[in-house]
Amino acid sequence: MLSVGGVYKTFNIGTVNEKTALRNISLNLEEGDFVTLIGGNGSGKSTLLNCIAGVHAVDQGAIIIDGIDVTKFSEHKRAGILGRVFQDPMVGTAANMEIEENLALAYRRGRNRSLRWGISQKERELYKELLRPLDLGLENRLGARVGLLSGGQRQALTLLMATLRKPKLLLLDEHTAALDPKTAAKVLELSDKFIEEGKLTTLMVTHNMRDAIKHGNRLIMMYDGRILLDIKGETKQQLTVEALLQRFGQASGEEFSNDRALLS
Amino acid sequence: MLSFCTLSAYGSSLGKRGGCRVLSVTQFCLKRLETGGGMLQIILGAVMLGLLWAIMTIGVYITYRILDIADLTVEGSIAMGAAIAAQAIYSGINPYAATFLALVGGMAAGLITGLLHTRLKVPALLSGILTMIALYSINLRILGKANLSLLRMETVYTVFKDMGVDKNTVFVNLGISQVVPVITLGLLCVLGIIGILYWFFGTEVGCSVRSTGDNPQMSRAQGINTNNMIILGLIISNGLVAVSGALIAQQQSFADVQMGIGSIVIGLASVIIGEVLFGKRNFFSRLVSLVLGAITYRVIIALVLEIGMPANDLKLFTAITVAIALALPVFRSYLSPITKSMKVGM
Repeated sequence: MLSVGGVYKTFNIGTVNEKTALRNISLNLEEGDFVTLIGGNGSGKSTLLNCIAGVHAVDQGAIIIDGIDVTKFSEHKRAGILGRVFQDPMVGTAANMEIEENLALAYRRGRNRSLRWGISQKERELYKELLRPLDLGLENRLGARVGLLSGGQRQALTLLMATLRKPKLLLLDEHTAALDPKTAAKVLELSDKFIEEGKLTTLMVTHNMRDAIKHGNRLIMMYDGRILLDIKGETKQQLTVEALLQRFGQASGEEFSNDRALLS
Repeated sequence: MLSFCTLSAYGSSLGKRGGCRVLSVTQFCLKRLETGGGMLQIILGAVMLGLLWAIMTIGVYITYRILDIADLTVEGSIAMGAAIAAQAIYSGINPYAATFLALVGGMAAGLITGLLHTRLKVPALLSGILTMIALYSINLRILGKANLSLLRMETVYTVFKDMGVDKNTVFVNLGISQVVPVITLGLLCVLGIIGILYWFFGTEVGCSVRSTGDNPQMSRAQGINTNNMIILGLIISNGLVAVSGALIAQQQSFADVQMGIGSIVIGLASVIIGEVLFGKRNFFSRLVSLVLGAITYRVIIALVLEIGMPANDLKLFTAITVAIALALPVFRSYLSPITKSMKVGM
């Protein structure tokens, strides 16, 4: 479903701030794969996600989604086959627009936008049906401005928007990192549900080792712009935090030094 | 006493605080104006100008509030609209066709600013300034000289005069027959534009323009070409501003290459006055509040001029008004801890 081949990305080339974020990254995701992507700060995991989404153009290499070479596609053009949820709950939704307007925007992702009315009565019924299982009471507040919602509510809404039109690939970029633990757990649970029900191919970046181990069928660990570990199948299911840290030490020759990942 | 009256005009434009004192001073001013003669004429003259400037205010609102860009192109495109319309009418073209040409010209100006900003990555403010400066020369070329008179020429208002709306004895007796045709056409234009924009910003494309201004990152993630939406917004905005310029030129019977100077501030003042005084519940009431804001601004200006403020100080007055209105949230945040502590103290 996703094929990344030989991708390099360097920021600020030719300046003192030159930083190579991705070094020859190659990665293949099968249809229905739920991959968790873990790594310390500056390991390149978010850059990889942004390169797939088209936020950054790659220096070298190719990105193929569902058989389409999207390497040269702009961000908005790729969006038609992608679903994205961001770390910052404020980023995924338009604060000054209504809940139903946000959903209507997402409902037209990858479709032509014309001078037809921006939202239909039939859609409103659909949105109500889809919002009800979130159990946040949003189904009765379709006309409320999204800016009035809490971070967790906005992230749940973004998740619904990302999956409203079944994406070929769902990209979750540390989408629970900015939430309090209880809300984070709820949003993760919701993500699992959406991914399972829609059989969505998913790439989830996380800082949290436990989450990375608990969720998905495959775990990839990045370090210094490279893929260090790629654990799948049975090995992934029996993985523990200790074992992961040990394997990281063996592979990189260093102690894992990310407090946030260790503590959580 | 004069400065006191001026202050009261500030007060009434800025909010409801100290309403009583403002009211009594206003009453005093009104009395003075009545004895000076023709209060109705002054107010209607202001309403007439306000309606024409309201079209420009709606244009400013589209960039400043919907796209979240302070677009200085308007200073050039309002003069451009006036220049195109005046030159076209002078050359014998039908005034309505001339106004349409002004619309096209303004849209082209918006397109240039949009291309500079989105394709060439020039910051939005600078893109507007560049187009504005370029338009100054272009407007001089269109006019051929610094200003062009339209006296005794047929304008868009002539039709209404021919229909005899200004011959009504009531209007003649009140001494307002001159402004009636302009108010009639201005009102029709404003209502038409509000209707079209209300429809447009409810469509799929219109929603995309709004979301682009609200959250560009989210919009791109939802597959919206944000660059094209910014360009589209700038085109619509500057088209409206140019139409406003064309109508103003025909009302005042001349076009001047300098007439755009300070117009962005007037537009912002009208937007803010409208929002503060007439609310922003939904999109329709926002559009209406823009028109009321533009009219209120003109009424305030007419009153302070009538009271005796020198016309040369107008731009300073407007700038200060806008600065205060924009700084209102800061003043409020300074004031609110004091009022809170006072309440606790009591």
